[in-house]
Amino acid sequence: MLEIRWHSRAGQGAVTGAKGLADVVSTTGKHVQAFAFYGSAKRGAAMTAYNRVDDKVILNHEKFMRPDYVLVIDPALVYVADITANEKDDTIYIVTTHMSTEELIASQPKLEGRKVYTVDCIKIAQETIGKAIPNTPMLGALMKVSGMYDIEFFKESMVKVLKKLPQKIIDANMIAIQRAYDEVK
Amino acid sequence: MADTMELRDIEVWDGNMAASQALRQVQVDVVAAYPITPSTPIVENYGNFTANGYVDGEFVMVESEHAAMSGCIGAAAAGGRVATATSSQGFALMVETLYSASGMRLPIILNVVNRALGAPLNVNGDHSDMYLGRDSGWIQFDAYNPQNAYDLNFIAFKVAEDHDVRLPAMIHQDGFMTSHTAQGVATLTDEAAFNFVGEFQPMNDMLDLDHPVTHGVQTEEDWHFEHKARQQHALMTAALPKIEAAFAEFEKLTGRKYNLVETYNMEDAELAVVCMGTSVETAEEVSNELRAKGIKAGVIGIRVFRPWPLEQLAVVLKDVKAIAALDRSSPHGTVGTLYNEIAGSLFNTGTKAVLTNYIYGLGGRDLTKAHLVGIYEDLKANMDAGKPTTPLQQYIGLRGPKLSFF
Repeated sequence: MLEIRWHSRAGQGAVTGAKGLADVVSTTGKHVQAFAFYGSAKRGAAMTAYNRVDDKVILNHEKFMRPDYVLVIDPALVYVADITANEKDDTIYIVTTHMSTEELIASQPKLEGRKVYTVDCIKIAQETIGKAIPNTPMLGALMKVSGMYDIEFFKESMVKVLKKLPQKIIDANMIAIQRAYDEVK
Repeated sequence: MADTMELRDIEVWDGNMAASQALRQVQVDVVAAYPITPSTPIVENYGNFTANGYVDGEFVMVESEHAAMSGCIGAAAAGGRVATATSSQGFALMVETLYSASGMRLPIILNVVNRALGAPLNVNGDHSDMYLGRDSGWIQFDAYNPQNAYDLNFIAFKVAEDHDVRLPAMIHQDGFMTSHTAQGVATLTDEAAFNFVGEFQPMNDMLDLDHPVTHGVQTEEDWHFEHKARQQHALMTAALPKIEAAFAEFEKLTGRKYNLVETYNMEDAELAVVCMGTSVETAEEVSNELRAKGIKAGVIGIRVFRPWPLEQLAVVLKDVKAIAALDRSSPHGTVGTLYNEIAGSLFNTGTKAVLTNYIYGLGGRDLTKAHLVGIYEDLKANMDAGKPTTPLQQYIGLRGPKLSFF
């Protein structure tokens, strides 16, 4: 069982990102779950979304999770959300930030000794899609760090997931995914 | 003629999308709806399908849930295939009309996305609304995941519209835990889905002007009792065999087998957890883990809550030594509903099983695997002692001091 927790602000597309990932993974014959914690959520409020992936049918519906990957798509949540909650010894963190990994860890000592990767999904999204929607670039970074799927296969699959959007936006998303794949460190 | 929608063999849908796709595929004539969280996307998606030409039907926006069900009752009495969706306070507002729908023998389908009842206001999932509907005369199916929410809609239409049954049916799914959790759903083609349910066959419809009928009549002591008895007779004797027949036919079509009472790891089980909704599957996973340690743990899921499968439940619990009834609703003044129902099912069977009750998950509070392991540990102690070693009713997942009664 592979488990992923997303830290996001409502409106940044974590739910769409988690569902998009589930959609792609499902086409490869694996079983998936994508869900989120909702309250009376307001745009901008900190929230979490989740993925489970397994070769078997997923029976577990508990919300509690010890994640293999933590994806942080808003830079400030590193400081205000409990991003290391219920971590495992080998939990991998991928964080959206303009800082280098060393600078990030220096600014948030909680991440000391963890496997941390950084990529500026906000900047990538602004420069490609034209809006600070960092969800699809984060998936590009996840593909690089996890080696889950070949990036070309992943992009082709994401084109299908995004098929209802205008072609221009789909193209921009593909560039964003590739850039995050190339730039994550 | 409505457009066909091409679906992949497996779609990643949440429970709401699964339910709205099923409503589209059976081509409902009238959906009268007033959206409420977390069931909103069911009618929202359906409105989208209607506006984009995928449905030949009417989507009626109304001013409240009371009006939504009233609109459904009118449309069903007129002779149409009718469905809607609701949750929580909306369901509560519908209650008066739910009794009208079942009393008038109108096969309306209601998707209930289970949610807590306020106060305090809470949008998350528990079974308070499902329990509120239990005496309303409707058939109540319970889904544990989005696939079930999809499948049970077809089965519900088939059973409810059967002329020997003619009773409305609810399909319940857990708010957010099913309704907003995307999982793989094996789909039917539009043609196969529609053919399973078939063309709607009206009965005593008001728009059949050659055969005038009266709906919504008044009966006092002269006939009220006879009407209610016939209604109960249909629910108790006609519905169960028709549900089982629909389950069998659905298995032939899809390979997916449903049962009135779902059993998991129950063949030689000594300990059993009985519950509903997503908790059933989480408990299944825990029972697998306990089995690997040599503990004979099993799970029973209630698939059909009304009519209550009293005899079937007694059979599957026959040799069990300790049973936990898990209720995701505050019983307010007594033991939990499942505890009562199970006790009633077993009372005359001679079983010596120890039965205890757990209240959990109110307002969406997580039921963790660790909680379930703790419950099975209690059951093991009860089995060994041959009597309850804990209070009869315990609260699990509650912060602060332990709370228990009896």
